[in-house]
Amino acid sequence: MFYVSMFFQYISQYAKTRLQYRADLFVEFFSDLMSQAINLIFILVVFGHTDKLGGWSRDEIIFIYGFFLVPYAVFSAFFNIWNFNDRYIVKGELDRILTRPIHSLFQIILEGIELESLLGAITGIAVMVYAGSRLGLAISWYDPFLFILFVIGGALVYGGIFVMLACISFWADAKTSIMPMMYNISNYGRYPVNIYNKLIRFVLTWILPFAFVGVYPASFFLGKNEWFWYAFLTPVIGIVFFCLSVILWNYGVKKYRGAGN
Amino acid sequence: MDKYIEMIRVRFLMMLAYRTNYYTGILIYGINIGAYYFLWTAIYGGKEEIQGVSVVQMTTYVAISWMARAFYFNNLDREMAQEIMEGKVAVELIRPYNYLGMKTMQGLGEGIFRLFFFSLPGLLIVYFIFPIQFSWDLSVWSLFALSILLSFFINTQLNLLTGITTFFLYNNAGLIRAKRVIIDLFSGLLLPISFFPGWVQSIMKFLPFQGISYVPSMIFTKGFTQQEAWAAIGQQFIWVIILIIPIQLLWYLAKKQMVIQGG
Repeated sequence: MFYVSMFFQYISQYAKTRLQYRADLFVEFFSDLMSQAINLIFILVVFGHTDKLGGWSRDEIIFIYGFFLVPYAVFSAFFNIWNFNDRYIVKGELDRILTRPIHSLFQIILEGIELESLLGAITGIAVMVYAGSRLGLAISWYDPFLFILFVIGGALVYGGIFVMLACISFWADAKTSIMPMMYNISNYGRYPVNIYNKLIRFVLTWILPFAFVGVYPASFFLGKNEWFWYAFLTPVIGIVFFCLSVILWNYGVKKYRGAGN
Repeated sequence: MDKYIEMIRVRFLMMLAYRTNYYTGILIYGINIGAYYFLWTAIYGGKEEIQGVSVVQMTTYVAISWMARAFYFNNLDREMAQEIMEGKVAVELIRPYNYLGMKTMQGLGEGIFRLFFFSLPGLLIVYFIFPIQFSWDLSVWSLFALSILLSFFINTQLNLLTGITTFFLYNNAGLIRAKRVIIDLFSGLLLPISFFPGWVQSIMKFLPFQGISYVPSMIFTKGFTQQEAWAAIGQQFIWVIILIIPIQLLWYLAKKQMVIQGG
């Protein structure tokens, strides 16, 4: 309960700071929309020259991309830990966090919250509706529930991986560029995994399971029977990876000795 | 002039001190090239060529455009925004040099560093992993060199323009991101301009973006004839000249209405 009230207090503070620079907030919405549109344009242009991509049609690829945007939006709204090393370790802000009686990871997540990213979910759903209607997909009563389940699973996969990466900072306080690298790898999950070779497919499924954010769960709604098993694994993988990351985090906090003043 | 060359040297040495950061950078670019390699082979399927570009040419195009990006890319817009927001720009302005010129030179120092410690080893690695075709024609290489130098200037000028807007917007993280995304797509980094539908291509002709990535990459993959290459380089040059005008104008306005927010 205490955690819930903390959550809303942080959000109200957050809204105040964001509204300070309104012009920029507007541009940020716009730039988010742009970057989502650009991937879409890429897909559209590419399909101007081919009909199938590894056996998937244009609308199916667009649908997968639309699905991907939703868990990704949830992830970027709540797990803004890109600058964890800089902000908390190098500048010593983590000491401040650790003196407070709330779980440290929860505080850091709240401090980095970026609710405007959730707008991406709306874009994603719009894209899915567009592609879905062109494909003539029928919606059953259980689809919305599974959708929410898969979205949460996908967001947790992302969250888990990036929290684990942030944990590296507890041991090595030098700046690493591993996060942008991972971000690039995560882009692989937006396309059907069968276009990659076996090794990359294995990595994307079991080691860095980015395929569970896009193609696997989306293929369930597309009625691709051969992937069903993977689709239902999405929430499991999400929970497993997120729990692992929290365990690693707790262990890392214990090891943390402080670097700043 | 000496002080500007000195600035290139200092930035080069600074980058050299933090070079370990760059080894992971090569990996990032390698991964990007890899992702697009698989994507493009899937797109080609069994097709021999699309828009007159074969799959090997396409792989080369992707590889070379990422490696060229290492040279022309810089974060001057973000650095300027930081300096303006922290009020450091006030000190910069009293110093006896042209602030924008100095920034450009710093960017060039960074670019030269990345060219030698990033693009060259990166290209070598990529060459052995992916099926890439290099031309050993000296004239291609020299045209390419000239072209990426102009790419650097166009891209830097756009960065300076974005940086200057901080004076008016105070916080322009959103604009910086939007600019980067637009350049990635419309410069031809992600896919050659010739793949776009005709009407988009004709709009693009009147914009400076294709001078950033499309022109040098097409020259390198021999997608352009010698004549086309010279015409494209001429266009790049014209853009470098044209872009000076809005920069000077905005810079003049910015200095007049500058608000230092801290420092």
